[in-house]
Amino acid sequence: MNWITNYVRPKINSMLGRRDIPDNLWIKDPESGEMVFHKDLEENQYVVPSSGHHMKISAKERLRFFFDGGQYETLENPKAVTDPLRFRDEKRYLDRLRDARAKTGMDDAVLNGVGQVEGVPLVATVQDFSFIGGSLGIAAGEAIIKGLETALERRLPLVLFAASGGARMQEGIFSLMQLPRTTVAVDRLKEAGLPYIVVLTNPTTGGVTASYAMLGDVHIAEPGALIGFAGPRVIEQTIREKLPEGFQRSEYLMAHGMVDMVVSRLELRDKISRLLRLMLKMPAPGEAALAA
Amino acid sequence: MYNYLDFEKPVADLEAKILELKKLGEQGEAVDVHEEISRLEKRSVDALRDVYKALTPWQKVQVARHPDRPHCIDYLSALFTDFTPLAGDRAYGEDHAMVGGLARFRGEPVAILGQEKGSDTASRLKHNFGSVRPEGYRKAVRIMELADRYQLPVISLVDTAGAYPGIGAEERGQAEAIARSTSACLGLRVPMISVIIGEGGSGGAIAIAAANRVLILEHAIYSVISPEGAASILWKDTTRSRDAATSMKITAQDLLELGIVDAIIPEPLGGAHRGAEAVIEATGDAIARSLEELQTSGKDLREERRDKFLRIGRSV
Repeated sequence: MNWITNYVRPKINSMLGRRDIPDNLWIKDPESGEMVFHKDLEENQYVVPSSGHHMKISAKERLRFFFDGGQYETLENPKAVTDPLRFRDEKRYLDRLRDARAKTGMDDAVLNGVGQVEGVPLVATVQDFSFIGGSLGIAAGEAIIKGLETALERRLPLVLFAASGGARMQEGIFSLMQLPRTTVAVDRLKEAGLPYIVVLTNPTTGGVTASYAMLGDVHIAEPGALIGFAGPRVIEQTIREKLPEGFQRSEYLMAHGMVDMVVSRLELRDKISRLLRLMLKMPAPGEAALAA
Repeated sequence: MYNYLDFEKPVADLEAKILELKKLGEQGEAVDVHEEISRLEKRSVDALRDVYKALTPWQKVQVARHPDRPHCIDYLSALFTDFTPLAGDRAYGEDHAMVGGLARFRGEPVAILGQEKGSDTASRLKHNFGSVRPEGYRKAVRIMELADRYQLPVISLVDTAGAYPGIGAEERGQAEAIARSTSACLGLRVPMISVIIGEGGSGGAIAIAAANRVLILEHAIYSVISPEGAASILWKDTTRSRDAATSMKITAQDLLELGIVDAIIPEPLGGAHRGAEAVIEATGDAIARSLEELQTSGKDLREERRDKFLRIGRSV
């Protein structure tokens, strides 16, 4: 065997030869730039194993990851007025809605599920950022109210996963009106003595934070999430100053007293179920198993 | 004599001429200026009427922000007696953008809240141009809790471009402060009446406007985002503010039709700044009417208010 037959093909060639593989099998971690295999990501609830970066996930995935065995009852969203202002900017709002529905398979940005988390029955309300930035219009507001009212009727706690750029501009003042409307439903749930836990995920900004997302009994943030009232760009333009490092990120909010804890997505089921068992005076998880 | 808006140019020209003639008359020039003055005055009123009966939404935005427009403090000093300002959120500081306290409205003790924009450079800076920080909203919550405990009706005067977007405001929980203030309005057992006297800027406005009755001045605006902001986000073109102002339906007339506000308070010809006394008086009457309605309704005012907001947008 001489050095010619012992030749090893350069790696670059073998990579070029694998061009037919769909590009979404490998997903890039926006933080480290590392490529992660999609199966590994999904198994880890879209938390990049090496960097711990929490990727955005759809409402359906969120519910599947959150509930025991991925099993839950979907609540049907109420019928709501669409396009109250007959709005168009560069595109008709109705067309934007149609595109978003086709892309996500959802009727608007909010999904409600009822199920159990580590044996604790609850309602989970989830915003989907991929539906027009998770923005809050009449339909999304009605869905959130439906989740809260269902929790009230069935005497269940509610866990809300916030993910939203804020108001649905195309619905103008009706979008703003979702702030007091959802607040009414949150207040009624709390007055009934039922726990209301908010999980702030990346990103949660604008009117959503100025209403139900900041009214929780307990605020939990996923690591590294952008959370704030005004967007960083607006603040920079107003004050003409560079923003501090980590500004409006989960850890920064916790340091400033706005959230109770920063919790990895992989730990949420455990943390939330333990918390609810305390609030509802249910036995601790170990004791429950012993009693059974 | 006024700060004229672009579209008021025909009126501005006529009024300048009138002023000139009046000066001429005072100097005792040997010409009879009276007839010419009254002729021009009639023409200028007609011009003003023509302009104001066909104001576009974008023009209304400018009237609503007019620097001479009566502001919160003008209403406070004219409509209330015994005004006793209260200060501070008991946690961090005092915010002069949010004015509040106890007073008498036509003899009856009430609690009042309002955003003050200021009327000259010094007062604008003091009041932060009416942009409230978390302390201001937390002060509002304090005053509302006080009102509830002593069964005083709450009257709020809304005039803000929006809550202040700054580093400190974010660090101290601007969003949470707004959410709590909105919730405090919605939880009141006493009557609450809000009047949008100029600009109702998004979350910064709703924080003190989730009331049993929401009244609005004829040329005031109320919106989820400024037309400039909407133009930049939706059209990605800041020159499209006019289109945004029209499409977003932010005028008093649109809002009444959409069921967002309960009544419109008429402004004098040429806008509130041309007849501050009259518009403040009309506002006082409108508040008194709403207050009486609420006080004699026999309803649970908290439930009435909550159900009213839940109904908004259910049928448009």
